[in-house]
Amino acid sequence: MSTAVSPSNTALVSVTRQGKAVWLTILVLLVIAPFAGLYPVFLMNALCFAIFACAFNLLLGFTGLLSFGHAAFMGSAAYVTGWLVRSAGWPPELGVLAGTLAAGVLGLLVGLVAIRRQGIYFAMVTLAMAQMIYFICLQVPFTGGEDGLQGVPRGNLLGFIPLNNDLGMYFLVLALFVGVFLGIMRIVHSPYGQVLKAIRENEPRAISLGYDVDRYKLLAFVLSTTLAGFAGSLKTLVLGFATLSDVHWSLSGEVVLMTLLGGMGTFAGPVVGAFTIVGLQNFLADRVGSWVTVIIGAIFVFCVIAFRKGIVGELLAWQQRRRAG
Amino acid sequence: MKLTKLAAACALTMAAAGIFSNAAQAQSSGDVIRVGIITDMSGLYSDIDGPAGVEAIKMAIADMGGTINGKKVEVVAADHQNKPDVAAAKAREWFDTQGVDMLIGGTSSGTSLSMSKVALEKKKLFIAIGGATSALTNEQCSPYTVHWAYDTVALAKGTGSAVVKAGGKSWFFLTADYAFGTQLQNDATNVVKAAGGTVVGSVRHPLSASDFSSFLLQAQSSKAQILGLANAGGDTINSIKAANEFGITKTMKLAGLLMFINDIHSLGLNATQGMYLTDSWYWNKDAEARAWSRKFFEKMKRMPSSIQAADYSATIQYLKAVKVVGSTDPDKVLAQMKKTKVNDVYAKDGFIRGDGTMVHDMYLMQVKTPAESTEPWDYYKVMQTFKGEEAWTTKAESKCALWK
Amino acid sequence: MSEIFGIPIQAFLGQLLLGLVNGSFYAMLSLGLAVIFGLLGIVNFAHGALYMIGAYVAWFSLERFGLNYWVALVLSPLAVGCLGVVIEKAFLKHLYKLDPLYGLLLTFGLALIAEGVFRDQFGVSGQQYPVPELLQGATNLGFMVLPNYRAWVVFACLSVCFGTWFLIEKTSLGATLRASTENPTLVQAFGINVPLMVTLTYAGGAALAAIAGVLAAPVIQITPLMGSNLIIVVFAVVVIGGMGSILGSIITGVVLGLLEGLTKVFYPEASSIVVFVIMVIVLMVRPAGLFGKEK
Repeated sequence: MSTAVSPSNTALVSVTRQGKAVWLTILVLLVIAPFAGLYPVFLMNALCFAIFACAFNLLLGFTGLLSFGHAAFMGSAAYVTGWLVRSAGWPPELGVLAGTLAAGVLGLLVGLVAIRRQGIYFAMVTLAMAQMIYFICLQVPFTGGEDGLQGVPRGNLLGFIPLNNDLGMYFLVLALFVGVFLGIMRIVHSPYGQVLKAIRENEPRAISLGYDVDRYKLLAFVLSTTLAGFAGSLKTLVLGFATLSDVHWSLSGEVVLMTLLGGMGTFAGPVVGAFTIVGLQNFLADRVGSWVTVIIGAIFVFCVIAFRKGIVGELLAWQQRRRAG
Repeated sequence: MKLTKLAAACALTMAAAGIFSNAAQAQSSGDVIRVGIITDMSGLYSDIDGPAGVEAIKMAIADMGGTINGKKVEVVAADHQNKPDVAAAKAREWFDTQGVDMLIGGTSSGTSLSMSKVALEKKKLFIAIGGATSALTNEQCSPYTVHWAYDTVALAKGTGSAVVKAGGKSWFFLTADYAFGTQLQNDATNVVKAAGGTVVGSVRHPLSASDFSSFLLQAQSSKAQILGLANAGGDTINSIKAANEFGITKTMKLAGLLMFINDIHSLGLNATQGMYLTDSWYWNKDAEARAWSRKFFEKMKRMPSSIQAADYSATIQYLKAVKVVGSTDPDKVLAQMKKTKVNDVYAKDGFIRGDGTMVHDMYLMQVKTPAESTEPWDYYKVMQTFKGEEAWTTKAESKCALWK
Repeated sequence: MSEIFGIPIQAFLGQLLLGLVNGSFYAMLSLGLAVIFGLLGIVNFAHGALYMIGAYVAWFSLERFGLNYWVALVLSPLAVGCLGVVIEKAFLKHLYKLDPLYGLLLTFGLALIAEGVFRDQFGVSGQQYPVPELLQGATNLGFMVLPNYRAWVVFACLSVCFGTWFLIEKTSLGATLRASTENPTLVQAFGINVPLMVTLTYAGGAALAAIAGVLAAPVIQITPLMGSNLIIVVFAVVVIGGMGSILGSIITGVVLGLLEGLTKVFYPEASSIVVFVIMVIVLMVRPAGLFGKEK
């Protein structure tokens, strides 16, 4: 996306003592959450979506590419993992690994086709390819079509650590989430990340400086889809099924909203956005039925009109203003 | 510390999100008996079960006095939108955090299968009512699942053989592309072939399709005598409408393999007269049914479908068993239910057998002509009764590992 | 009874004809989208919702006020056009300076709101709308029985499409519209009320969607989801045709309908992704679409 969409420039969270204190606090809160009475399955679901949103943000916020078909990668990995663990009897860690790799390969194939286009055309190509993936998932027998791939057991991690206990599984998912989160921070702060930032801010300039821009974008795309796949694979193990909802384009729209609402181009943004949206859906679905869609739509509208930096982005900007003023 | 404020904001958001998820949380099963129903509340199956089905359950609770052994009985309801993942996630959440003791599965086979799996994992009782797939009591049978109302085998045996006997030998299927449709088509194909008929072809349509014209054209070009509708609810209504519109009914006869009184009401007798259908109950079949149905009509302004009557029956039988056993322990209650005959407005001398089927009579009915109908909702005449085990999968045919 | 490619010719022609009917809808819907994107640069994801609202207005005016189909054909686009004016003035106005993808996200949000509200009111199972008396009945064409109403749909859609194309490309009003959006400051200097032109353009696009909705009402169920089921395909049509090209989207819409009909004869399940396969191929070979101009 052009510079008009650039996220807040105060986005780079420092790795100072201050910064570390902040993240530790959040981590502690997450660790005690299930003991404070929150339903572990809900938390795990939210964490998986947080990983998905962070992966998406890597592409949108840090590289400036809007993919409108990202759910296809999450869902494909979900199906692959689900089938391998349930029907082929693979252990969970290998199943997740395979699913993640599958998403990466798929990302490479789609990326090779899509990268050559920009802006709205890039988004449309990703959407088109995602629809084709949806169709394949619908038709291929192993996915179970409308009925979904059900009854995926959690199995034993590394052969001996049982994952059936929700609490135990939660800490595993939390640890993995932290790993992904730190990984993304590492990527963004690296020299490679700096080039991505340059591409996002001013692509022609980056080209004129001699960077093979397409290669960098493609790599970002593949990284993003791989991590999205990781989120999908984990989710299959958590919930025990993979269905067409995981590859449907409305999920692609939701992840855009999570990132937008939380704050594009920030680190905490997608996490906040994911938790908010998943929490909202969970809380409201029983109480207000179809109004959930209305509220989600209203949030979209609000964010685009008045809240483009998102929750975290606005907070950071406000903080900057206070520091300056 | 400014960044700590940021952290606080994040934490608050997550805490809020968490609170949202548990606002009505962690009520243990101890002091309340909670019946849960997850069904299609707003989609193509919402008329045949839906909110009216929830009402039927409430009627059952009221008729049992509202409390059992001193504990209040409550019902919670949710909409699965015909999505198996929504149903399974809700079922799991209810078992884990809402103290739901017994889960009723409304319409849709896909969701029933997914809920059955969750119930098996959590070792809680699941009564599948509207979901028709015979897989629930065959390949995917479970000790915790009871299939109460009807299944695809019973439907096929009823309508399938009746139509073939009446001369419809060559069939083409219009099938809803999910568990239910596929299973119904399979079971009907078996019955048609066994009765000496042939299946010329089939086409699958997406669930809740908006336009059936191209599928019907394919059916027509197959030159089969009978168009078997292996779908239900709104899909069946639309298929029949489109078939009339495109003149398909002039060259083929329609066989609705799963039809409810609400469908007939929607389409009118002119479009449906003479059609055969198999059902487990009819509001006008005897005095007891009529009396109960009039009570239902007062509340809901329409006559109950067989699914709604089954909702009532399943709840009554469950609560009776809980009363006798003195607790909601799933294993004890199930054992009690399997020992007891089902005798209520829905079924006479029904019983739950080893594969989970609640065996009871099924009826082959024919839709009346407008002239024959004497009052609103008076749509059927009962042509044949399949008594007890006659209608269902036999032990020899069964693929259930628990029932050998 | 002869065969073509191994399929009875009756089935073949029948599916093609049905495909033509669908293609007319695609053309009509993508027309509105192309107008809005071509002239305003807004990717109007709310187009499906406007189509849906158009159908509901027709149904509502029949249910409540007994206004028939022909009245609805005029009333609905007017009503939805007014809605379009409101949307443009309240929301879209702020977005013209921004990246077009924000317009997409905003209209996506509006579509969700519309869908949610209607779902809450009407459920998903849909309302029936009767075929107007004049167009009832069917004609036996030999290879199939075609309901008269569907023939009318083809005629109506194509007339509106070419009428609009003519208006925009060949009349002075159209020229003014195109100029206003290409170079607003200059045109404003000539004394033309550019913001009004812009608002009218969006309202016009919305009205086109509403007409499509009224035309569709007797054919398919009127449900809150009818828009979202179609919108992705319509987008693809516009992209293939070339996002700024009105003629491109009309032609692509009709051709796509025919191709889908063809696919239904041989491999029915794939008919839903034909458009996406074509889109990817076209974008690889001609990045701006078949009739588009590279910006």
